Amino acid sequence: MAKTLAEKVWDAHVVRKGDGEGANAQPDLLFIDLHLVHEVTSPQAFEGLRLAGRKLRRPDLTIATEDHNTPTLAIDKPIADLTSRTQIETLRNNCKEFGVRLHSLGDAEQGIVHVVGPQLGLTQPGMTVVCGDSHTSTHGAFGALAMGIGTSEVEHVMATQTLSLKPFKTMAINVEGTLRPGVSAKDIILAVIAKIGTGGGQGYVLEYRGSAIRALSMEARMTICNMSIEAGARAGLVAPDQTTYDYMHGRPHAPQGADWDAAVEYWNTLRTDDDATFDAEVDLDADTLEPFVTWGTNPGQGVSLSAKVPSPADFGDENAKAAAERALQYMGLEAGTPMKDIRVDTVFLGSCTNSRMEDLRAAADIIRGRTKDPDIRMLVVPGSARVRLEAEAEGLDKVFTDFGAEWRFAGCSMCLGMNPDQLEVGERCASTSNRNFEGRQGKGGRTHLVSPVVAAATAVRGTLSSPSDLDPVPEAVSRRTAAV
Amino acid sequence: MEKFTTHTGIGVPLRQSNVDTDQIIPAVYLKRITRTGFEDALFSAWRKDPAFILNQEPFSAGSVLVAGPDFGTGSSREHAVWALKDYGFKAVLSSRFADIFRGNSGKQGLLAAELAQDDIELIWKVLENAPGTEVKVDLVSKTVECGNVVAPFEIDDYTRWRLLEGLDDIGLTLQHEEDITAYEATRPAFKPTTLPAKLS
Repeated sequence: MAKTLAEKVWDAHVVRKGDGEGANAQPDLLFIDLHLVHEVTSPQAFEGLRLAGRKLRRPDLTIATEDHNTPTLAIDKPIADLTSRTQIETLRNNCKEFGVRLHSLGDAEQGIVHVVGPQLGLTQPGMTVVCGDSHTSTHGAFGALAMGIGTSEVEHVMATQTLSLKPFKTMAINVEGTLRPGVSAKDIILAVIAKIGTGGGQGYVLEYRGSAIRALSMEARMTICNMSIEAGARAGLVAPDQTTYDYMHGRPHAPQGADWDAAVEYWNTLRTDDDATFDAEVDLDADTLEPFVTWGTNPGQGVSLSAKVPSPADFGDENAKAAAERALQYMGLEAGTPMKDIRVDTVFLGSCTNSRMEDLRAAADIIRGRTKDPDIRMLVVPGSARVRLEAEAEGLDKVFTDFGAEWRFAGCSMCLGMNPDQLEVGERCASTSNRNFEGRQGKGGRTHLVSPVVAAATAVRGTLSSPSDLDPVPEAVSRRTAAV
Repeated sequence: MEKFTTHTGIGVPLRQSNVDTDQIIPAVYLKRITRTGFEDALFSAWRKDPAFILNQEPFSAGSVLVAGPDFGTGSSREHAVWALKDYGFKAVLSSRFADIFRGNSGKQGLLAAELAQDDIELIWKVLENAPGTEVKVDLVSKTVECGNVVAPFEIDDYTRWRLLEGLDDIGLTLQHEEDITAYEATRPAFKPTTLPAKLS
């Protein structure tokens, strides 16, 4: 029978088929190839194992890092916040007790869990990857079935290396055409979410397809898969291709020699069969896409940067209307205001969505040789210590600091403000992160989700801006490019 | 896990869509390493507003939350379920739940019951017109009763069975340990392991 990519990966991991058919089907038991662990969602799971006298079944398929709580300044000093410090220390003790490999603050491999996995070559096509973090969907960029799980499921994977899962439906997201200069992967996914809504992907695994996706780099594909959860989908993926293999080749945990050849032969089978059907399909035109930005308090409340703040009256659905009213009030915005007239206080370049080398390079290309708006605070937080080192080797740190931005150490940082990097009440932020929920970046903070190049242009002008609004227009934008 | 068959308690109308997990429990409360004691964290930003529904009597003693569509969107934090439970909620009714939140609820014995939005609207009206009205949630018959409203709800059969029986997921899976071991023996050699560590 013809299958989609997601169904192939699923079928290859079934340990035990659930009994029953159709609506009465029991969940399948799926084997998990890689379990990523961090300090926030694991302590109660380790404690559960301990209380039940259970072992961690596969320490060799488990890896941990510290990211959510870690400070991005003075990392050589003890963590000032006591509860954060306790949580990190608990992770260290648990990893020691259960034999889990841990990359701690200060280690060159430490960083955001979804940056570390791919960077080490641990994320590979056709794998099942889970983590107690909803942005685990990031790893789908490699053609892996990757999803976020709750702490009970974290404990379940620790004890059994499996998960009980109900089969999902499949949705194709077809993105055809060529992105215009200054338009990036972030704009694709923000446009997809605005189109299908924050609940549009519920119950589905998304497969991103089409010429515009094929033209994207691995890091850009990670940006797109990362935000699948913002459309309600637990997982999103892209079929592996030569771009995937080129990215993986030579990474520490990538297969080598004969193993590499065997792996590639298998990976080449990981694509949706021509005659397979999806349960739903959505089309997006890359040719006409513009830089995108959110105006509200959920990631589906987005518009083109050249548009105006919508009015609640624009929404037919009563719930959407009420949500828009509430969002405008929280965001302190008037309907009809051009998005580009909105002045921001802070620019955050970072998070598991946009903190990799290409993101930093793309932003640096926009600001190089320019001056920051004097009233803007800009934080640049690399996704991992390794990304930070690589960026410094290219001199990007100097580009950012010359511009007036703060060059920080790696972690989740202001994406969710579990460490000291937070917005103040009423502070407005152009952020390359993934969620614009009320208070997400700090109590009372106001978030506009944007791409790295829009974040950079905004830091120059002080108002939400596209790179093409800059004078002179950056060279990286004036030349037509499909990448990033 | 405690068995869940029926529950009757005060209904709380939360007329809002897209109640995300950052609203249910802000990240600042996720630093704790315990599984209980999160009642103060539930909706903590909204609870600072005296007009918020849980700050009004008799809703503050509610145990059945009746919310708008897309409840529990966003993060995978199971803390959202722990906070609802610790506060005293036994069931949440909505026309649509985020997948991860729904899964977490099922693991923790919080009933996430999916109703038609029209029925949610009817229940909201009853609860707003007669605050303190109790909602009866019956998992055996998969129905909700509130005032003169009787409405069916959806929940997947497996979760329903586990809740009715109060079964522990890990224990169930470990009954199939031989299958897991057999599967492990078939994994191809090219698949990576985290140990021994290889570094960049």
